[in-house]
Amino acid sequence: MSEVSGTGSTEAPAPAGDQLVVLDNVNKHFGALHVLQDIDLTIHRGEVVVVIGPSGSGKSTLCRTINRLETIDSGAISIDGKPLPQEGRELARLRADVGMVFQSFNLFAHKTVLENVVLGQTKVRRTDKAAAEKKARALLDRVGVGTQADKYPAQLSGGQQQRVAIARALAMDPKVMLFDEPTSALDPEMINEVLEVMQQLARDGMTMVVVTHEMGFARSAANRVVFMADGRIVEEAEPNQFFNNPRSDRAKDFLSKILHH
Amino acid sequence: MNVLLDHFPEFRDGFLGTLAITAASALLALVLGILIAGFRVSPIPPLRVFGTAWVTVLRNTPLTLLFLVAFFVVPQVLIPGTSPFVLATLALGFYTSSFVCEAVRSGISTVPIGQAEAARSLGMTFSQTLRMIVLPQATRTVLPPLSSIFIALTKNSAIAGAFSVAELFSVSKLLSDKGFAIGWIFLWIALAYLVITFAISGLFRVLERRMGVAR
Ligand SMILES: Nc1ncnc2c1ncn2[C@@H]1O[C@H](COP(=O)(O)OP(=O)(O)OP(=O)(O)O)[C@@H](O)[C@H]1O
Ligand SMILES: [Mg+2]
Repeated sequence: MSEVSGTGSTEAPAPAGDQLVVLDNVNKHFGALHVLQDIDLTIHRGEVVVVIGPSGSGKSTLCRTINRLETIDSGAISIDGKPLPQEGRELARLRADVGMVFQSFNLFAHKTVLENVVLGQTKVRRTDKAAAEKKARALLDRVGVGTQADKYPAQLSGGQQQRVAIARALAMDPKVMLFDEPTSALDPEMINEVLEVMQQLARDGMTMVVVTHEMGFARSAANRVVFMADGRIVEEAEPNQFFNNPRSDRAKDFLSKILHH
Repeated sequence: MNVLLDHFPEFRDGFLGTLAITAASALLALVLGILIAGFRVSPIPPLRVFGTAWVTVLRNTPLTLLFLVAFFVVPQVLIPGTSPFVLATLALGFYTSSFVCEAVRSGISTVPIGQAEAARSLGMTFSQTLRMIVLPQATRTVLPPLSSIFIALTKNSAIAGAFSVAELFSVSKLLSDKGFAIGWIFLWIALAYLVITFAISGLFRVLERRMGVAR
């Protein structure tokens, strides 16, 4: 496995070289289910890593361990050189540097769109209200929902909600953004508006971990594809290499299924 | 009929007494109940254990027994010379807090888990998440049971009358001891309780309607 995973990063060195997120021999169980098995994964600053794999392979769990929404049983995770602390203030501070975008958006239902993007800035970063609002409006414009600022999330389409969720995460100036199937709950015609925002982010140099079934996005935006199956990272490679010439049988099998659909 | 007019000051003081002790213990129960509900959903195990113990003990103890503890144990071991009003408020407030806690906790569980996850992902602490994201969204589901809990509290406050707190029930005892027709006394007392309980359910209906249009 190490021989397979090593080649991807040597062939396509990450843009800026230094290690931002490091998972070292991470293991996790849900009861008897060994959902993450000996996961080693390093994400460099400015790198876009797409995680793909069959349903139930542990992609979401992997993504959620990085900001400790899921705890791990063994191994170590560090972000920008700091190991993830226990639940508490220090963890909260670290989470503020890690943006998370969920499949189901999870916008605060009792707050307006603007308030959603302002809240983290004022309550976590202690930014003053005027500056926070200014930044929120700029971000909402950037993701194309500036005119919806005073509406409640339920009044927006799924694609709009997800773009607000991205703006909400960006408002914290995160070092890395985690996306867990950000387009899977969307109607087909809304998928692209969200992917375009993500493409732009990638071009702007944001470090991103993206769990997705959108192979087009993986091909065009990813520096590296991580293929998971049964709780293991089975293959890691540069997108072209992975899609045109997968090495593992699991990956070949997976690709033949999704590409023939 | 005359009993009310002739002893209006007593009735009025009793009414105000019931009102005061209900309001004071409702406030105490609300504050404690929300706090303990926070304990019960907190990520810190000792707090969860404390919360569970609090609810289990207080909810399963007869209120009269709590009054006995408040009046005969608390002054001995803790604070001698505390007024009956304060002791009764403690007994009623602590007892009712266990019910408030459970109502709030079930309200919290109706808020989708993703809301709290999103808040924590932004770097909000547990208490910020609870106060700013979860509790505001739980309020609507908590209001109806809370209304019933406070109505029960109003009626439970009658026990305080037996512990020399001036309130409605103690007025009825005072006057019937003086030999007035018990039927009339009870009628007026019952009406006075009705005024309070109707006011509570009215207040909560208004609150529910306000929450309804707030979104
Ligand atoms: N909270 C949980 N408790 C118990 N089992 C869980 C929990 N969350 C996930 N699992 C199980 O862990 C396994 C991996 O789940 P995970 O959500 O990480 O998979 P996934 O790769 O994201 O799948 P999908 O593509 O369907 O989203 C699955 O078998 C799932 O049923
Ligand atoms: Mg998933």
